Amino acid sequence: MANIMIQGSKGAYVFYLPKRDLEDAIVSMEFDTPEKWGGEIKLNNGGTYYIEPQTAPARLPISLRAKRLDAAE
Amino acid sequence: MTALTREETEALIQEVLEVYPEKAKKDREKHLAVNDQSIEQSKKCITSNRKSLPGVMTIRGCAYAGSKGVVWGPIKDMIHISHGPVGCGQYSRAGRRNYYVGTTGVNTFGTMNFTSDFQEKDIVFGGDKKLAKLIGEIEQLFPLNKGISVQSECQIGLIGDDIEAVSKKAAKEIDKPVVPVRCEGFRGVSQSLGHHIANDAIRDWVLPRRDGKAFEGTPYDVAVIGDYNIGGDAWSSRILLEEMGLRVVAQWSGDGTIAEMEKTPYVKVNLIHCYRSMNYIARHMEEKYSIPWMEYNFFGPTKVAESLRAIAALFDDKIKEGAERVIAKYQPLMQAVIDKYKPRLQGKRVMLYVGGLRPRHVIGAYEDLGMEVVGTGYEFGHNDDYDRTIKDMGNATLLYDDVTGFEFEEFVKKVKPDLVGSGIKEKFIFQKMGVPFRQMHSWDYSGPYHGYDGFAIFARDMDMTLNNPCWSKITAPWLNKDGSLAEKKAA
Ligand code: SF4
Repeated sequence: MANIMIQGSKGAYVFYLPKRDLEDAIVSMEFDTPEKWGGEIKLNNGGTYYIEPQTAPARLPISLRAKRLDAAE
Repeated sequence: MTALTREETEALIQEVLEVYPEKAKKDREKHLAVNDQSIEQSKKCITSNRKSLPGVMTIRGCAYAGSKGVVWGPIKDMIHISHGPVGCGQYSRAGRRNYYVGTTGVNTFGTMNFTSDFQEKDIVFGGDKKLAKLIGEIEQLFPLNKGISVQSECQIGLIGDDIEAVSKKAAKEIDKPVVPVRCEGFRGVSQSLGHHIANDAIRDWVLPRRDGKAFEGTPYDVAVIGDYNIGGDAWSSRILLEEMGLRVVAQWSGDGTIAEMEKTPYVKVNLIHCYRSMNYIARHMEEKYSIPWMEYNFFGPTKVAESLRAIAALFDDKIKEGAERVIAKYQPLMQAVIDKYKPRLQGKRVMLYVGGLRPRHVIGAYEDLGMEVVGTGYEFGHNDDYDRTIKDMGNATLLYDDVTGFEFEEFVKKVKPDLVGSGIKEKFIFQKMGVPFRQMHSWDYSGPYHGYDGFAIFARDMDMTLNNPCWSKITAPWLNKDGSLAEKKAA
């Protein structure tokens, strides 16, 4: 689990992993509705992470815990 | 010499890599690249923010340098204790020329060195008691300080002192903020992690101090973050923002105060000059206080005008008009500078190797003078820095990350730039080789270079260095007059 931050706005989310200073666009997010938001997220660099599905945050950016499923590089 | 083609640049990199052993070669290869503007993601062509190779001469600093030297050090009304042995602080003391207003030793402490001067017994028995005593002494001798930060040097982490506990206790006793910063030099691969740790300390120990308190704001409040006021840079930037109608509430950390930092959560926009060292805190404030942030670039009239317009676009028409007014006011002055120096500098080629923002930010200033940057690189940049750089650099130019002393020398010998801009450790090698050189960390004891006023000084300095008649008269001490390698003289 790593602390991450999601920035940007719906349709153009940006993923930020402070520990590795990795900033990248999110190309897909499994759930993206106001009630259910999160799940598996795919990054532009090919990496995938998982955030516990939750209700969509009222505003961004937001800091979350994420699990790395498959890191790029 | 004309610009190198892509193939030539690639061949040059291969040639330079030739001397390394196989393993080292494989590692360094990833850090050297030929710029290709069509690449969207820098990591496809260059690797950065990795541990330096043992055995090469790197030009990087340590996390302590990133925190004490860069982020915290310039906060002028606080006392920054270099906690550990005396050397780390003493050898870096006042080297960065962060100008400030105030009476040193009375209400400001920027150029002074405070250290706990660790001795063997402190390593053996721990230094917490000494730290507590030191804070008491500081408070007695310099009662006008507004706070204290404890900047850990390597040893503190190694012996496991609890500086947080001491700081908390001392803060109560002296009723001022005492900020422990865990920036031991061994953390991370370069000073970059020190910036991050310093930002986190500001986030945890400084910004919340004013939460919920009253603040009389205006719709035009901004903070200038990541300008270290080297040679007065922040001053020549700040006046432009104020002239266009904004109110600069806080300026970090050059000529900065802790009160300004505490007020930052109340501004409307955070303006970030050095993205590398301050993006963390900007992101934090965006999340916690909903303050948007933007990067700007105040090097050279083209970029200044671009940035002023971009900043104004975040505000109402009054500010937009203000920006146009400022740009129009300085335009003729800048034209005069360009008319004077461009003919003397036109077509000259520059190679840079600097720190946080300059490898890309100053490109525009050189272009305003008709010069071309043919190689650039960061000491401690990350992927996102290179992402931003690729677009600013010409195609087929050289990019080098954490360049080694050897590589840099070879590149300069082959590319033959008319000017090299880098740090103090590189300065004398190139000067002895007869290559015009500017120290681009502390502006070679000149400056400011930011803003419109700074550009006039920048242009003059570049001309002064480049067109100095001395360069052709120099024979490197290791060469004979005819250019052959000199015999080693017996010592
Ligand atoms: S690496 Fe450690 S000992 Fe060296 S200057 Fe940095 S803090 Fe001091």
